[in-house]
Amino acid sequence: MITFSSTHLIYLIEAARWTLLLSVLAFIGGGIVGLALALGRVSQIRWLRWVSSAYIQIIQGTPLLVVLFLAYFGLSILGLDIPPIVAAGLSLTLYTSAFLGEIWRGCILSVPKTQWEASNCIGLNRLQQYRYVILPQAARIAIPPTVGFMVQIIKNTSITSIIGFVELARAGQIVNNSTFEPFITFVFVAMIYFAMCYPLSLASRHFERKLNVGK
Amino acid sequence: MISYSFDFSFLLTTWPAFMRGAWQTILLAGTSIALGFVVALVCAIIRSGKSKLASGLVGAYVEVIRNTPLLVQIFIVYFGLPSLGLRLSAETAAVIALVINTGAYGSEIIRAGIESIAKGQIEAAECLGLNKLQIYWHIVLIPAVERVYPALSSQFVLLMLSSSITSQISAQELTAEANLIQSETFRSFEVYLIVAAVYLALSVLFRVVLWAIGEVAFVRRRKLRT
Repeated sequence: MITFSSTHLIYLIEAARWTLLLSVLAFIGGGIVGLALALGRVSQIRWLRWVSSAYIQIIQGTPLLVVLFLAYFGLSILGLDIPPIVAAGLSLTLYTSAFLGEIWRGCILSVPKTQWEASNCIGLNRLQQYRYVILPQAARIAIPPTVGFMVQIIKNTSITSIIGFVELARAGQIVNNSTFEPFITFVFVAMIYFAMCYPLSLASRHFERKLNVGK
Repeated sequence: MISYSFDFSFLLTTWPAFMRGAWQTILLAGTSIALGFVVALVCAIIRSGKSKLASGLVGAYVEVIRNTPLLVQIFIVYFGLPSLGLRLSAETAAVIALVINTGAYGSEIIRAGIESIAKGQIEAAECLGLNKLQIYWHIVLIPAVERVYPALSSQFVLLMLSSSITSQISAQELTAEANLIQSETFRSFEVYLIVAAVYLALSVLFRVVLWAIGEVAFVRRRKLRT
């Protein structure tokens, strides 16, 4: 009879590295696409607004699990023999970009309109307005919700365990399959997730307070 | 690169199964939303209350739930509790996990609403001679929930979508139904395309229904607008 031991705990902690790696991948991919979406949503070009809005609505209206299945099976019918991490990374990127796009749109819109007008008056073109006036201010506002959303990303990487990607949640299942001690195993899994997420939650709250003092 | 031809002909025979799955998701999410709202409300009241100990405990509950994945919470309820002697059916475990989850998120939203009530409102109510309970109900709680209702609705729609994860403990709902159809037809991509569309329709449906409930429940807001 195998009981839950420190070896299992070390195995779980090592698997948590994959959770972190996947989170970073999702954040980078989602951040790039998300920024494009946010700019698309506030664009002056109508079809660009329409396309990015439709993208966000569709992704936000479907469960991440289904997006994951679509990525996983969709890529394989293209005849590509892809490892689960690609499907996992792709679906998390899609998911993250839709939410970050919407969050950042809010941040861009919360920059006062007078800033647009003032920068227009001193002769900046639209690109320069974004580059030197709007985005730096929007970025400041964006820090607390973005850090807060990172918690969601880390937690949602657990869903990729379902297609067999071995990260923390999947490692928990593997450990449970050999020890038959589900309660202690998954409580430890939860604790490791908590250890990764809680500092970010605290940081998000800290930034929010700091930002509000500045006002 | 192989060529792939889409084949949706399985829909002819499996459409009832999709509809059954959608209905099960509606039931599962509907129950969880209703119970989750009650838990959220109670937790928010305790957290903004005077007892330090009680609000500390609720605070810990909220933080633990908000910083761990729903999937792991579901596993603890479904696989973990039986080892402590509490055996649950997959559906019950799913509802419990979803309620615990929404309760935590919802309570934070409602608490923000309670904190946003201006002191002057309460003072004015005291001057009018309302008693403590009346003030708390009419001046604090109802306007607070009314104010955060849009955020609550979005949270509830997200809950409906994440109820798909409960398919992992084979609770009866749309994604589980799809997994079954997929294993019979081998048309994985098409099956999940359909499922995605059904979820999209469900999220629109939930949004509309939640909006309608808000219109009925918050008489004051409706009257103010017209």
